[in-house]
Amino acid sequence: MVNTKAQSKNRVKRKLSLRTSAVTMAFACWTVMFSGSAQADSPAVRNCTWCHGSSAEGYTPAPRLAGQRPGYLQQQIVDFKAHTRDNPASTQYMWGAAAYLDPRTAYDLAAYFAALPPIPAADGRADLVALGESIYQRGMPEENIVACVACHGPNAQGVGAIPRLGGLAYTYLKRRMKEWAIGYHATARHPMPSVARKLSSAQIDALASYLSFVR
Amino acid sequence: MTRTLLALVVGGALALPAFTSIQAAHAAGAGVEAKMNYCQDCHGPAGQGFHGFYPIPRLAGQQPDYIKNQLQAFIQHRRTNNIMFNVAHSLQPSVIDALANRFSHFNPRPLSPGSRRLAEAGRKIFENGMPEANIAACAACHGPEAKGHGEIPRLAGQLPDYVFNKLMNWSKERGQNPSLPDTSLIMEPVAHSLNQAQAQAVAAYVSSLR
Repeated sequence: MVNTKAQSKNRVKRKLSLRTSAVTMAFACWTVMFSGSAQADSPAVRNCTWCHGSSAEGYTPAPRLAGQRPGYLQQQIVDFKAHTRDNPASTQYMWGAAAYLDPRTAYDLAAYFAALPPIPAADGRADLVALGESIYQRGMPEENIVACVACHGPNAQGVGAIPRLGGLAYTYLKRRMKEWAIGYHATARHPMPSVARKLSSAQIDALASYLSFVR
Repeated sequence: MTRTLLALVVGGALALPAFTSIQAAHAAGAGVEAKMNYCQDCHGPAGQGFHGFYPIPRLAGQQPDYIKNQLQAFIQHRRTNNIMFNVAHSLQPSVIDALANRFSHFNPRPLSPGSRRLAEAGRKIFENGMPEANIAACAACHGPEAKGHGEIPRLAGQLPDYVFNKLMNWSKERGQNPSLPDTSLIMEPVAHSLNQAQAQAVAAYVSSLR
């Protein structure tokens, strides 16, 4: 009798410790999934790469995230959540996708994608590259078009919350510049709405062509 | 009397089309408003400056004569800056006067005041200079509140990284046309005498001034 009592006590203890370890395991999984640094096979990363491509190289209409400025990526997630980035693809896909991303996960995702190598889409019109480069590097002072290089840098690499543009897809670049000019994302920081309004359709075409080849 | 008034009104109405066509020509890109907007795209809506890939300087409250002289300096190759060289060429003298005047009346808060700890060290250099290192008090020329005077620029509220970059690269950017020596010569020995830490301190101090 005494023995069986002790055995049953032991069984309870074992059950308890099993239960604790299960809780610990679950917590560990949760930690890895939602608050650890992002890994290629983590669910948070996979939720992005379904659309943005397995190497985050971009897939129409989702832009390349690889090599993008982490400060820019984080700011976009904030803007999606606040519904201030309101162009059609954003309202359709990214508002929902970003709705439950906490700041820590956003930070980890931004760091993860920023570290991937950016491979240029190189899909613009080759005959427009020279004009695009000229507008980018020197602006068109007579038409009051500023030189993009001042903010986006000599290799279109971006800095801080200013995005890397070099090597993004031609169609994405074109669409975004047109959306700026229409007035989408108008609450975003100065000065893109004002800059884009001054660009003609041909100039946008040239800029997007040039940028798609920049590495 | 009424006849004169009538003549004035009719005359005015007849002159109106000519006037609007001039306005239209200006609105096409060369007018003050269009150029003002062009400046603001980079230098900020209130001329407060902007942190792009390069620090883009504050123009708000700047001395008009300084702005005019610098735009001339870009054109005359006295000051090197590829972007501003192109910009300066697109501005007519009368437009430059108007733009310089407009920016001088803006008074936004400093965009990015430097750290307080650095600023305190910078204040001492700014107000007293460092006679043992051959550094004159900045206040002697730029004024006690760093508001500048004539061709000597206002520094108050300027972006600290812009001020630091200019001080560290003085002789690579300014006074580049030997046949046209200018006021940048005054700053040359001072910029050379300041070490990095001192330049950072001064930049932090002036950037926090309103």
